[in-house]
Amino acid sequence: MSVALRTIGLSKSFGAFRANADVSLSFAAGARHALIGPNGAGKTTFINLLTGVLPASSGEVYLGDEKVSTLPQHARVKLGMTRTFQINTLFPGLTALESVVLACCERSGRGGVWWRPALAERAAIDEAGEILSRLKLDRDAHTVTRELPYGKQRLLEIALALATRPKVLLLDEPAAGIPSAESAELFAVIAGLPRQVTIVFIEHDMDIVFRFAERITVMVGGTVLVEGTPDEIARDRRVREVYLGEAAHG
Amino acid sequence: MSPLATWKFSRLEIAFWLLPIAAFFLFPKYLTLGSQILITALFALSLDLILGYARIISLGHAAFFGLGAYTAGLLAKYGWGEPLSGLLLATAVATLAGLLTSFLVVRGQDLARLMVTLGIGLMLYETANQASSITGGVDGLSGVEMGKLFGVFSFGLDGRTAYVYCLVVLFVVFLFARTLVRSPFGLSLRGIREGEKRMPAIGASVSRKLVAVYTVGAGIAGIAGALLAQTTQFVGIDSFAFHRSADLMIMLVLGGTGYLYGGLIGTAVFMLLQSYLSSLNPVYWQFWLGLLLVVIVLFARGGILGALAALRARIKRGRR
Repeated sequence: MSVALRTIGLSKSFGAFRANADVSLSFAAGARHALIGPNGAGKTTFINLLTGVLPASSGEVYLGDEKVSTLPQHARVKLGMTRTFQINTLFPGLTALESVVLACCERSGRGGVWWRPALAERAAIDEAGEILSRLKLDRDAHTVTRELPYGKQRLLEIALALATRPKVLLLDEPAAGIPSAESAELFAVIAGLPRQVTIVFIEHDMDIVFRFAERITVMVGGTVLVEGTPDEIARDRRVREVYLGEAAHG
Repeated sequence: MSPLATWKFSRLEIAFWLLPIAAFFLFPKYLTLGSQILITALFALSLDLILGYARIISLGHAAFFGLGAYTAGLLAKYGWGEPLSGLLLATAVATLAGLLTSFLVVRGQDLARLMVTLGIGLMLYETANQASSITGGVDGLSGVEMGKLFGVFSFGLDGRTAYVYCLVVLFVVFLFARTLVRSPFGLSLRGIREGEKRMPAIGASVSRKLVAVYTVGAGIAGIAGALLAQTTQFVGIDSFAFHRSADLMIMLVLGGTGYLYGGLIGTAVFMLLQSYLSSLNPVYWQFWLGLLLVVIVLFARGGILGALAALRARIKRGRR
């Protein structure tokens, strides 16, 4: 199977603290791959390094065959790697529809059009409407983002990412902060995404991880502890120690 | 005001634009003040694009106003008195200066931007001051002789030509700005204002857009400066002055940022009050303007238009 995304020796230090140390991972095209690990394991840092939010101290990122480690964030998105944020990072004063239209225009290269109203961008508006209805947000299209209930804002996070038509979608705790009944619903939507999209997600709810992931990587202390299928991970003694250990301390 | 709005002018907007036309007929003795207001309104419009839509705080916007003014003034002084081509050349110079300095401005954050814009403004002021053989220094540039508009209308003492010229230019540039903010580009500017951090994550280069809008804002400021030079046939060194940038910020905040109309309304209110208060007491009028500013910022967030919008929302909610 072809590789959608891989890293070689990716590292990030903040002073003496090594948030990511020598992380080499590869994600197969079409994968449903979970990143798990206790708080502070460096999962979000890893996503920040992949997407270029933070510059890596060393190591490389390849998207398909292309080395993207030196590209700015927006250029990596253009090449097909998009993320969502653990803490809602939206456009509070725009409506849901406006936000997604904005993202669609940027993807299709229409974001610089200044000589006619956004209303004339039929293709972008139609596509935005489709994305919103896929996420069951069609009724909220004209609601200003800051007035949307929190759970719907989490869906809008994903809607914005989908508008970029990603080949690789990185979801940083997509269900963070919403009740578990709703989070199952949210993951059902994610599970329904087309198979061409490679999905890497960070999630703390183990029920969801084991139901939805086909491969799991466990990170601890900024490094990869182990990677395998859900069965392998469930049986792994070191993983149990990490989690039981954490539970014992918690 | 949703950017997914149509072109059509609302009735309120049409009424707004009828006001300066009515003023032309009702107050023929005040056309000079009227022209000053229209020119400054255009200047405020340019600041609104970069402050209200892209959240770039500038305290040196007079740099581009002054460049436009001196370009138009020097052209006319040395024989190029045709107003429209002079206006275009002045716009080009200010736009170019905006583009060149934009790279310095968009790099930093708020405080750095404040300082960089302030610094650029001060440098240009001192340059104009030093190059007195060209600019006239502190005495200003005199001997500006404007030709007739379209070869027909001369800029006479009654101020009629100047007023109409300023109003038409203001309206045309306003249409341009209005189109811009409702376009996909304008939507992306609002995106930067609302969530700058998200923009790169949807594949948008924030700095490129900021460069674009800053350059456009500089060009429009240049138009305003050129209008002042052409209609008064004089360029004072205060067109580069810090207080011009600072007053402009006050007018825009007074009217409300991010509406386009806020700058126009704020300018009119500010300058009419200034004119009235300074006739009452030529020394202490700034006291009352200062007080008004404090009251507006504390009790009417978003300026005059922000307060009106809040009031309207309240009434709507009350009806439900």
